[in-house]
Formats: sequence, C-alpha cells, structure tokens
Amino acid sequence: MIAVTDLVFQYPSSPFEIRIGELAVSGSESIAVVGPSGSGKTTLLNLLAGILEPNSGRIVVGETQLTGLSDAQRRNFRIANIGFVFQDFELVDYLNVRENILLPCFINSSLPATADIKQRADKLAGSMGIGDKLNRQIHRLSQGERQRVAICRALLTEPKLLLADEPTGNLDPANKSHIVELLTNYVRESEATLVAVTHDHSLLPQFDRTVDFNGLLTAVPSS
Amino acid sequence: MSNAFRLAWRHLCFHRLRTAILVLCLTLTLSLPLCLRFLVNRFQTQLRARAAATPLIIGAPGSQFDLAISTLYFDAKPPPSISMETANYVSNSGLATAIPMHVRFRAKKFPIVGTTLEYFTFRESKIMAGTPLIRVGDCVLGSAVAKTLGLKPGDRLLTDPENVFDLAGSYPLNMRIVGILAPSDTPDDRAVFIDVRSAWIIEGIGHGHQGLESENDDNLILKKTDNTVTASAAVMQYTEITDANVASFHFHGTPDQFPISSVIAVPPDDASGTKLMGRFVSDSSKVRMVEPPKVVEQLLAIVFRVKKFFDAAAWLIGVVSILFLILVTLLTLRLRKREMETMFKLGCSRGTIAQLQLAEMAIVLGISLVLALCVAGLVQRFGTELLQRVLM
Repeated sequence: MIAVTDLVFQYPSSPFEIRIGELAVSGSESIAVVGPSGSGKTTLLNLLAGILEPNSGRIVVGETQLTGLSDAQRRNFRIANIGFVFQDFELVDYLNVRENILLPCFINSSLPATADIKQRADKLAGSMGIGDKLNRQIHRLSQGERQRVAICRALLTEPKLLLADEPTGNLDPANKSHIVELLTNYVRESEATLVAVTHDHSLLPQFDRTVDFNGLLTAVPSS
Repeated sequence: MSNAFRLAWRHLCFHRLRTAILVLCLTLTLSLPLCLRFLVNRFQTQLRARAAATPLIIGAPGSQFDLAISTLYFDAKPPPSISMETANYVSNSGLATAIPMHVRFRAKKFPIVGTTLEYFTFRESKIMAGTPLIRVGDCVLGSAVAKTLGLKPGDRLLTDPENVFDLAGSYPLNMRIVGILAPSDTPDDRAVFIDVRSAWIIEGIGHGHQGLESENDDNLILKKTDNTVTASAAVMQYTEITDANVASFHFHGTPDQFPISSVIAVPPDDASGTKLMGRFVSDSSKVRMVEPPKVVEQLLAIVFRVKKFFDAAAWLIGVVSILFLILVTLLTLRLRKREMETMFKLGCSRGTIAQLQLAEMAIVLGISLVLALCVAGLVQRFGTELLQRVLM
C-alpha cells in the first residue's frame, strides 16, 4: 500500500532534513511510528499525504506515485484516498457535529454533500456513539467525543490510507484505548492502512507493527 | 460558492459581537455620505423654494443673512427693529402689498410671528382646524407646533418670558389658540402666528387693565384730573385677552412708530418691484431691501464650501473603514491559521480558502449596504421633519 524509497526532504531555509531509505506498509496493516519529539514524524505524515513534496525519492500510495504529481493532483488524491486525524482534533468551532463531519464536502467541490454522504455521516456518528449529538456545537462535547467527531470526518470518504498524528494525545487512558480500537477496527474492516504517530507506548500492542522513526532514517552522506 | 457562503455565514453568526461591530462601522460609513447628500439637497431645495416665493424683504441695515433668515425661516438673531411706518410707506406707494413681520418672541421655544392676515393669503396657508386669527390675543399654530405640544383650538399657550430678572420687562401673554395650519413642509409648520398688534402687546406697547375712570382707591390712583388719570403700579394688568377685557386693551404712542422686524413686499409685477427697489436704494441709510433668492444663493455657496469638507471627511472615513476591514480580515486570518491549515490538509484549495474570506467580506458588506440604504430611506422618510427642526 505504501512504499517510500530514498526519500529526502528539507524545509526551505531550514537545516532540518529527513532521509528515509525505505519504508513499506502493506494494505490492512496498522503501524505505529514512535520517536522523539521534533524528529520529523509529522513531516513524514505530511509527505505521505502529499501535503509536502520531497526533494527527491519516491512515495507510492496504492497505485499512485505522489512524487511528480501537481499540487492540484495531490490534493485530489488526498480528498479521495486519505483520512486525517489530528492530536488537537482540529474541529471547526462554529459548526455543529454533523457539519464538522461533512466539512470535507463543504470545502471540496469534487466531493458534493449528496444524500448518500449525509447518510454515511449520520451512520458513522451512530457507530461512534455520538449519533444523538449531531446538532450539538463542538464546545459542548467532551474531549473523547470531539476526537470521535474527528475520526468520523476522517472516515467520511472511506479512505484507503488513514494518517493519525498523536490521535490520543489529549485523551484520558480509557478513551485512548477506545479511539485506537476504533481506528484499527476500521483498518481491518475496510482493508485500509493506518499510519499513526504516537508517544504512548501502552497503545503499541494494539497496532500490527511498531516502527521506530530513528531506525528509518539514514545517515546524511558526507560530502 | 454556496458552501463558502454557508461556512462564512456560520462563522459570522458564531462571532456575533465582532460581526455586529463590523457591520455597524460599515453601515455608518456608507450611510453618512448618503444621508448627508440627501439632507443637503433637501435643505437646498427648501431654502430656495422659500426664498423664490418671497420676492423682496425690507429691514434694518445690517446683516442681510440675519434679515432674510429671520423673515423667511423665523430663525437667527432677530435683526434690529424698523418702524411700522416702512410697511405703511410700501403699502401707500401702491407698488407692492406690504406684510409686516414681527419675529422676536417665543412660546415653548417656538418662534412667535406677528403679522397680518395678508401673510396667510400670500403663503396660501390652509387652516386645518379652527379659524384664522379673530382678534388680538389669538394665535394660530403651525401643524408641527400643535403636534409637538399636543394643542388644539380652544387651548391656551403662554409666551416665553424674555428675561425673568427684568421686572420691568414684558409679561408673558396667555394666548387663545383659534386655529391650526395645515402642514406645508415649510418653517410655518414650526411657528406660532399672532396678529402684529398682539406682538406689540407682548412687547409692552399695548396693554389692558382694570378701568380707572370710576376708580377712587388711593392705592391705585396717584392723580386724577378732568382729562387724565395717573395710575399707580398696583393697577392690575391683564395677561390674558378675553372677550370681556378686550375692549380695555389700548396702545400708547403713534402706531407708525411701533416696531416690526421686517416687511415682506409683494409687488404685483417685476416693474413695480424694480421701482420699489429704486426707492429703497436711494434711502438705504434707514432701511434696506434684499432679494431673498440672491441672499439664499450666497448662503448656499457658503454651505457648499463647508459641504466639501464634509465630503472629504466622508471619503476619509470610508478609506479608514476599508483599511479597518482589511486589518480585521488579516488579523482574523492569523487567528484562523490552524483552521485554514486543517482545511488545506482536508483537501481545500487555496482558492476555496480565499473564497471563504471573500464570502465573509461580501456578507458583511452586503448587510451593511442594506442597512445603510434603510437608514437613508428613514432619513428620506423623516428628513423633512428633521430639516424643519434644523431650520427652526
């Protein structure tokens, strides 16, 4: 599902650089990426999502090679194939629960909010246990409920690749385990791929595999 | 684009206070020049119409503006008095109808206009309720005065005392309201009309008191001969003219020398007007004659010079408001940076993000424009009344 080869990325006007020789994740697999803060884990997720473009190397997601695609092509690919879950949920405070789940439809003309999509949003909310809170404003939800709304939003388009950046960072222990269970269940049922960045080692057994980010990195060649 | 408007609307509704302040600022900025332009145009039209309908004014030498404004709009500082002799002179010349105007006193802050019945004929005034002036002590109210004070024919209206510390000054006169004029959208609506003789009574030139011929009280009579009776200050003076005491009212002095503010001269034709002007040009030391249309044009020239500053101020406020709107939008963008980044990660293009911002600005501007038009409409609806108040 994911194949990263000889990846080099450097932010403009910054000495920070990451080099990954090889990373392969198969379909229906959930992996946890662990590593120290600031090592580049979130950057890796952004590269896999096509938000950032590598300086060199190859990133293939499914059948599509992201490197070489234009901004618009990468955006369209992201809309159709990738779901994002963030540590701070990143929900829109002025929209209610249903509108937050449907947000990708409101901001992408290629993804109209059809009756089917709306029905799917309601169904997802039901399956996440927030079906009775669809018209509620975000600030009236608990942290756990907010993350479930964020997961519903990520799963709305039934993505083949789910990227989660510290998805349990702001949750209590009971909710942490439950949220990871929701994500891994989706991966199993939909034969999708999950790449989650986490610092919480207690959650690692719930993933199929753990990848140490430092182990992925290759040394900078001496000039 | 509809989704952009939907999200923009939800965002604006969520931040109600901020939106309300923005809308208020823009509404005021947009409505200010609109209302100002409308009011100035109405002001100009009303000034010109009143002036055009009043061919000539005769008054004391001095400020022609004070003379014209006082006679036409019953406003401004009263010009120095001239004598009734001038009105009689114009009338006797056969060159114009002379309408004496006495504008000095006030009743409940509204100007009291002492004149003759010719004034109502000249202005084509209609009586809405009651009757025209019948005798001295009567008054006819302009429609706005009657409405504001809630008065009707049969009620009484007291003149304002000139100076409460002046014990020798004129006493307030309790006037009988006999009629209400129909609204005319002119300063007449906000004036109280009395007979010029009533004005002289308020001034203290004429008065009425208890009969002294048959009186023998030493407290009241200082000296009595066959021809004259000298009364003391204890004699009761009437402050209200009634059918019973009207006969006791009389004037001391020569009527030709009684004061008036000005004379409106209405010549039957241009030639008579020109001849009359010639007579007053040659005798300009005592009185002067002005042509209201010319005076008003001079006044408007000053007004428009001032209006240019207002226009410049309105433009400046507009520019500042737009800069303010841009600043608020930029600050909002900084505050919403994470939200925008999230949208971008979810597949939102930079063009769509710009659309969201534009939609918000369009909604705020649209609401402000509609409100500004409503304000302008209200000013148009009630502007005349407002102008009357300004002109009073």
